[in-house]
Amino acid sequence: MKTLKCLALMLMLTLASGCALQPWVQPYERAHLADPIMSFDRDPVASSFLHHVYDARESARGADGSAGGGCGCN
Amino acid sequence: MPTAAPEVAVAATERRWRRLAAVLLVLAAPVTATVLPDERVDILYHSYEGGGTTIDGPSVLVRKNLGSSVSVSGKYYVDAISGASLDVRAAGVTTDVESGASVYSEKRTEYNLGIDYLHDRTLLSAGWARSSENDYEARSWSLGVSQTFFGDLSTLALNVSFGDDVITRNDDPDFDAREMQRRRYGLTFTQVLTPRLIAALSVETALDEGFINNPYRSVRYCADLECSQFNYQSEVYPGTRNSDAFGLRAIYYLPYRAALRGEYRYFEDNWGVSAHNGELRYTHPFDPGWLVEVKYRQYRQSGANFFQDLFPYRDAQNYMARDKEMGPFSSHTVGLGTSYQLPQGFVPGFSRSSVNLYWDYILFDYDDFRDVTAEGYAVGEEPLYSFSANVIRLYLSFWF
Repeated sequence: MKTLKCLALMLMLTLASGCALQPWVQPYERAHLADPIMSFDRDPVASSFLHHVYDARESARGADGSAGGGCGCN
Repeated sequence: MPTAAPEVAVAATERRWRRLAAVLLVLAAPVTATVLPDERVDILYHSYEGGGTTIDGPSVLVRKNLGSSVSVSGKYYVDAISGASLDVRAAGVTTDVESGASVYSEKRTEYNLGIDYLHDRTLLSAGWARSSENDYEARSWSLGVSQTFFGDLSTLALNVSFGDDVITRNDDPDFDAREMQRRRYGLTFTQVLTPRLIAALSVETALDEGFINNPYRSVRYCADLECSQFNYQSEVYPGTRNSDAFGLRAIYYLPYRAALRGEYRYFEDNWGVSAHNGELRYTHPFDPGWLVEVKYRQYRQSGANFFQDLFPYRDAQNYMARDKEMGPFSSHTVGLGTSYQLPQGFVPGFSRSSVNLYWDYILFDYDDFRDVTAEGYAVGEEPLYSFSANVIRLYLSFWF
């Protein structure tokens, strides 16, 4: 019971601190982030082809930003 | 479109600083704020060559805005395939019974249509795709919603896709068309962590149901008690496959103008396959207009529970696979690429344009898949198979 109370207190403190959480990177600090080299998917047509190659040659799939489709990989 | 935060104007008391802040704000807008995708045209030639297979063809992507809230896109993609994997060739699958042509030569055509609708910080997306081969027809639909919040530092994206496939065989008119349904549910959370670091966490569940195996693939089994010879029979897969994947990606802006990107993904499915892959990518722009990229990727997976290179006898199990992609293996990829930004106005009608060439070299090493074409070896003692592949992407990009 004591442990539960401690956990509840910790949760309340976390939530309370969460309410005070403010965005910590101001808009004027985002110049580097706006550079095209910081894009996860700079050229979608090229990256989707590479995902297709990986999907055809590997069992793993998903969580990589690609979409499924016919394989063409006999 | 998000507007400038009022705190910036308050904080910037000097005129010069205000001008600089305004420029930075304009630059910063697309970082994490929800915006429509770039209006652009891409024309790609792609090529994959390795393991006895050559796949190449064109791809064209066009994306354009309709007003300030809607973006539409269309993509055309072709795979011209010649050759087949070692196991398909070794099993003697050769000829289309109707046309007499080699089944090793075929063409896959894919069409994609997409629409995005932007409302404040919410982006709604819908997509449709159709992929056609002479022995495989696939249709897919997708829906997505993306929401930016927390001062545009956080983005949460949800995606679902549904697919229906019809599978036939070129070389067997008695093979009844089979069907497969595909479902995918994905969630990605992207967070700006520092002025130089962005990270994204993705979770995706995939469910397949129906005829999942490749109809051309076979398993081999010992033809006699001593296993002095082997024969082939068709693969048999379970009718369902469920998988989960977890991905973590991050990009860091280095102290000079260059970016380092890291990626890790863990995957597991209900067939007993688990996989890890990691990638490190370094991107370095050079004036005037050049960009060079170098990367290394490693992938490793365990095999499915019902995978074996050689089964002891015919119908040894209820489920059997010898597709090397279902077995344990690892691969290493080294990639090198460059982009050149053409001078402004070089291509009339576009604000900017670029020429891009990327090459990836992939080395596959199989832990339990033997090269049955190697001569002079006892059955089951052939050398383990490995091969390398070269992947080329040559493309032109134009931005409206």
